[in-house]
Amino acid sequence: MEDVANLMQGFAVVLTWRNLVFMLIGILLGVLIGVLPGLGGANGVAILLPLTFSMSPTSAIIMLSCIYWGALFGGAITSILFNIPGEPWSVATTFDGYPMAQKGRAGEAMTAAFTSSFVGALVAVIMITFLAPLVAKFALQFGPPEYFGVQLLTFCSFVGMGREPPLKTIASMMLGFALAAVGLDTVTGTLRMTFGFTEMLQGFDFLIAVIGLFGIGEILITMEEGLAFKEAKGKINPKIVLETWAKLPKYWVTSLRSCLIGCWMGITPGGATPASFMSYGMARRMSKHGDKFGEGQIEGVIAPETAAHAAGTSALLPMLTLGIPGSPTAAVLLGGLLIWGLQPGPLLFVEHKDFVWGLIASMYLGNIVGLLIVLTTVPWWAAILRIPFAIIAPVIVVICAIGAYTVHTRIFDVVLMMVFGVMGYFFKKLKYPLAPLVLALVLGDMAETAFRQSMLLSGGSLMVFWSNGLVGSIVTLALVILCWPLISRGMETWKKSIRDSENA
Amino acid sequence: MSTQDGKARGDVPTCWVEIAVALLFVVVAAVVIVDSVRVGATWGPDGPRAGYFPFYIGCILAITGAGIVVQALRRWKTLAAATFVRRDELKPVLTMLWPTVVYVVLIVLIGLYVASAIYIGTFMLWQGKYKWPATLAVSLGVPIATFLMFEIWFLVPLPKGPLEHLLGY
Repeated sequence: MEDVANLMQGFAVVLTWRNLVFMLIGILLGVLIGVLPGLGGANGVAILLPLTFSMSPTSAIIMLSCIYWGALFGGAITSILFNIPGEPWSVATTFDGYPMAQKGRAGEAMTAAFTSSFVGALVAVIMITFLAPLVAKFALQFGPPEYFGVQLLTFCSFVGMGREPPLKTIASMMLGFALAAVGLDTVTGTLRMTFGFTEMLQGFDFLIAVIGLFGIGEILITMEEGLAFKEAKGKINPKIVLETWAKLPKYWVTSLRSCLIGCWMGITPGGATPASFMSYGMARRMSKHGDKFGEGQIEGVIAPETAAHAAGTSALLPMLTLGIPGSPTAAVLLGGLLIWGLQPGPLLFVEHKDFVWGLIASMYLGNIVGLLIVLTTVPWWAAILRIPFAIIAPVIVVICAIGAYTVHTRIFDVVLMMVFGVMGYFFKKLKYPLAPLVLALVLGDMAETAFRQSMLLSGGSLMVFWSNGLVGSIVTLALVILCWPLISRGMETWKKSIRDSENA
Repeated sequence: MSTQDGKARGDVPTCWVEIAVALLFVVVAAVVIVDSVRVGATWGPDGPRAGYFPFYIGCILAITGAGIVVQALRRWKTLAAATFVRRDELKPVLTMLWPTVVYVVLIVLIGLYVASAIYIGTFMLWQGKYKWPATLAVSLGVPIATFLMFEIWFLVPLPKGPLEHLLGY
């Protein structure tokens, strides 16, 4: 078992005092970010990224990924106590979590939420441990057409599996690609779309876009909806925890199904949010008490939380092995890797073993530490939320501005952040998804390079994407997924017409 | 603005915003296409030229933008009845938006620390109706804590203005 040996070595890397302290800081910051409106996994990590430039890459990624785990945990707290999802992926948790809290079962709901998050993450990490080296080995054979194929698959999945209107998904994605193309073209050295402005030379950094779209945009949306954290008691004590734990094994089928949904949606870039909704929907359909969902069923908390965490964690698998992130937060972590001089992709597993296995080991530890921390510190976080919004909102904006500035120490970026913020508000309200924009902005250059190289190989013929079985099947699958909304609509009309003709 | 369908004056119907944003996409697409053609969207002597990839991106963007307009026109009645933002909802958004825009301008002019203090302070007095002591504590505390953390601990310089120069930074 080579993987297990590698993993043990990873634990040795992580288990230094320095890294454990970073892990703890990361989890605490992460929960804080998850709890506060306007700060989430993606922009929280983006804001803190510049502070890690001076750390060793291993310590830095441990801290940043722990922020991510923390944010995943934190989202559940506000959903259950205040009916306000701190993160998009905890929206589904409010459906049953909040009614449980109203019935005085907040402690039970939170224990169930945290524990299922932990289970979901654990299953996903185990999957990563054994699957990632295989995928990486497989991907070593990839040439430019295969890489472009995988990226195409990533983007097509957004269109085919997203909950937003397909045209809007494509529009937001293409806008991301267009923004990514701004600046110096690295292949030919030509300036593109700079229109003579020196500020545009470096192009748009996706970190700025993330901070603006998710941070400022979210604050504006929160203002519109009017935010009020009502008094809520987040009592949780060892007795409640143990009693809930005793109940949980009964729901192993729900957990298992949610883990599978989560892992699948995380690897294909569905992301944590659709995973949580899908899992909630499935649980309601399959459960014996399906009609009681929404009134405070514990299964309605277990299902979305397990899936969200499984998806959030497994989003790191394609990020590490292929260099293609499965979620905006994974994209930000990928940006971090590039800044620290690590090229994500299959070679990472060969050239930077310590780093990869240190990260995977930190996922195990981070989630255990995270579970213990959130279970013991819930009252604190509930107290933080009683700080009025008139203080929290400007402070969050200040934090976003600092984050945007420190990425390149450029004032122009702060202005850009504001523009992206307003854009985020409109996009959110008109149901344009933000994740494809961010991912296209991150992957734009890579996708373009892969596409150009493929075109060079074939002398400009698109048939290169069907030149062998591997790339052919990836690209065909991508196109099928892209057209899935049309196909499924066609099937429904077809079924309906058959039914109609039978009835007639 | 129509006053029918029980809508109050000043409510913005979704249809117009929907179309405006979609048309913006088409405009952006046009810019991308024009610039790609300028730098060369064809095959050069050594392979695809700089505008090759963005050109197609621009085309897809233009088509989807137009598609969204068509879809919006087809669902015009529903969208015209739907409200993008109600007037009473727009007010808090603007009370957040304008000070923040001013804040960004202030950062450019007088540096981040002083601008943050003014921004937080104004917001607390005006929106939160806090008394002076609490306002001063938070609005000065946050920038000072930021200063200690960034300039001294992490050695990451943030934008500074006349006041900081006066103090020797």
